[in-house]
Amino acid sequence: MTPLSQLLPGQFGKLASLNPERGVDQRLMALGLLPGMVLKLVRRAPLGDPLAIEFGGQVVSLRLAEAESLIVDVAADCPIQRPRATS
Amino acid sequence: MVALVGNPNTGKSTLFNALTGLRQRVGNYPGVTVARKSGSCDLGNGTKVELVDLPGLYSLAATSPDEQVVTDALSGNISGERQPDAVIMVADATNLLRNLFLASQLAELGLPVALVLNQADIAKEQGLRIDTTLLSERLGGIPVVMASAWKGEGVIDVRRAIALTLERKTLLPRVVWPEKILAALEDIKAAIFRDTGRKITSAEAQRLIFDSNSALAERLQWKPEHRDPVIRQGRETVRQSGYNPLAAEPLVHYARLRKVLEGVVKEGAVRNSRSAAVDRLLLHRFFGPVLFAGIMLGFFASVFWLAKFPMEWIQSGVDWTKTIVAPPLDAYPMLQSLLADGIIAGVGAFLVFLPQILILFLFIGILEDSGYMARAAFIMDRLFSWCGLNGKSFVPLLSGFACAIPSLLSTRTIEDPKARLATAFVVPFMSCSARFPVYALMCAAFIGPHYGPGWQSVVMVGMHCVGLFFAVPTAFVLTRLVLKVKPQPFVLELPRYQMPKPRDVLWRMWQNAAEFISKAGTVIFAITIIVWALSYFPRDAAVAASINAANPTAAEEVVKAKVQAAYVEQSYMGRFGKAVQPVFDPLGFDWKITVGVLASFPAREVIVSTLGVTYSVGEGAKADSRHLLQAMQDAKWSEGPRAGSPIFSLAAVLSLMVFFALCSQCGPTIATLAQETGGWKWAAGSFVYMTTLAWVAATAVYQVVIRIS
Repeated sequence: MTPLSQLLPGQFGKLASLNPERGVDQRLMALGLLPGMVLKLVRRAPLGDPLAIEFGGQVVSLRLAEAESLIVDVAADCPIQRPRATS
Repeated sequence: MVALVGNPNTGKSTLFNALTGLRQRVGNYPGVTVARKSGSCDLGNGTKVELVDLPGLYSLAATSPDEQVVTDALSGNISGERQPDAVIMVADATNLLRNLFLASQLAELGLPVALVLNQADIAKEQGLRIDTTLLSERLGGIPVVMASAWKGEGVIDVRRAIALTLERKTLLPRVVWPEKILAALEDIKAAIFRDTGRKITSAEAQRLIFDSNSALAERLQWKPEHRDPVIRQGRETVRQSGYNPLAAEPLVHYARLRKVLEGVVKEGAVRNSRSAAVDRLLLHRFFGPVLFAGIMLGFFASVFWLAKFPMEWIQSGVDWTKTIVAPPLDAYPMLQSLLADGIIAGVGAFLVFLPQILILFLFIGILEDSGYMARAAFIMDRLFSWCGLNGKSFVPLLSGFACAIPSLLSTRTIEDPKARLATAFVVPFMSCSARFPVYALMCAAFIGPHYGPGWQSVVMVGMHCVGLFFAVPTAFVLTRLVLKVKPQPFVLELPRYQMPKPRDVLWRMWQNAAEFISKAGTVIFAITIIVWALSYFPRDAAVAASINAANPTAAEEVVKAKVQAAYVEQSYMGRFGKAVQPVFDPLGFDWKITVGVLASFPAREVIVSTLGVTYSVGEGAKADSRHLLQAMQDAKWSEGPRAGSPIFSLAAVLSLMVFFALCSQCGPTIATLAQETGGWKWAAGSFVYMTTLAWVAATAVYQVVIRIS
């Protein structure tokens, strides 16, 4: 189990848990980021923060401080078919 | 009335423009700064219907004003607005699952819905095949059509779908909630009816139970002591059904939507994403910021330099109109001055902002519609987040160095209401181009001659930083301590890159300009007239007669300038300036500067021409006019402890520049701030704060420098 913020750019993981009490997490859930979802840390902004993550065919930016309750399982068997391209 | 609803970045506005053909009206929803766009849509069968374009959103969970407006509008809770007869849900065909989450929430409202799968061309390009017949079947038989608003394809199908929806009133099937959750919702409805006598819909009850901090709770005026135990009990009931109450909604909806979409979307071979490739360059650790700086520099230079020419044309147009209108009225000097210096100057005062507004919004339109704006915010966010702003504050603050008016309008691109307000509040601190002539005059009058051109440039650059130096702590304090608005998490979609559609960009550019003219324009015009009257009246003919008599041999020009100076001195403005001069005494201002400062509250650059008048060098003085510079260098204190020493000393010159860097001397800014923040409260706050700050800082500068030098 790894906090999302510790993922390396390009690394995949499966969302293990989040904290629905937080507004950020509620927003991400509305976008479809639910436990079990495969996500990828696409990159960090040039200044290190925020992060860009890809899941369910979309790229979303979120701040490190706001991503703290997102825990991912990097060991999980992430289906190799990447989240569908967003062309 | 039919409402257009959808996620951001789905081409919803493009579709709206295509459906209404630009026969649109733009206004505001009551009490909030959310734009209301509506237009008449031809249904293709001879009938027309009013179409309302609601703000884009991902979920009905109302956390921002935009989202609240959508929920209220769809529930018929906005005063003076009917509940829509039908909803047109615009979805991005390339990401149906996420887009349908909102549609699935809409089902709870019980309104007829039609589904438009927009951006069909891109879906096709990606090899996606969507079975619309099957999707319609799974969604209770609602009309489902494919369209590509950008290319204008399928728009006629959308018109037919709207007609069909209004005729058949097909509803989206609701989610089948577990028994326990239904029971919890009924309990909440009953409790609200008991405590407030209001009946709410099931959809509203869901908002109260599912959202961690719903804005709805406040609007219902349901007392917290009644509300909290009921909601806690409701959430407990949901938990007994095996769901976390704050996660139940997306879990249930997404599980259902996965089933709905099974077999509907057939994916082709996944192709490499073009946007990802572009991002590898534009968001590159090194090249990203370099390209960003280049793009923004080009953008700023255009706003600054490109606008210069049309602004000069407008200015010469105004001057030309004066020369045409004025001479026939030589016999009526009052009417002549009212027309030339009041009305024509007043119209010119807001027309002159149009080129900058148009150019700025041209660029913002391109940046937003192409998808780069979100990337710019992504790159810059770190620099702004610590003081409570966010990456989207960058463009307004940068353009503030050209002019605050278009920058204030551009704060609309910031979704978070707290960051938007704070950004709008600090924009006037940026050293706009109208401050430049003031700095230039002071440097030319004093710094240059005494310290050389090197120091002159240092001072010029320094003055451009003074505002920034105060803006950052202001934003910090404002967002931490003053603003009670709940901050929004900075969750930002980085949408697919797309070619902006010229019609959409030009149309938005025009809408912003038109709104500025109709709202802020009238205020700017009024301010100009008032200040004109204050510096014109009273006008005793005896003043001119006595000066003419005292200077029988002087050249006509000289006498004219003296008469003008005398009139300003005894006008209401002049008298007031003399009366309040003691207030500006600690800043080292004499009464002439004081009058200049007062007269330049509507527009700060006016001080240059006012000093021209009060120093009797005639109207139309520029920052480089030799006579004015000479008059200023010769000016000495005539009385008091400083009698005989020059007025424009190093201390006074620095103090004056600092005052102009910080003071809220711009009527249009105040008017626009009021327009953009939805009331005069913040505009008045900004005026008082900036003016006080300017006075304190300029006093400090004067008192310190005069003791050192």
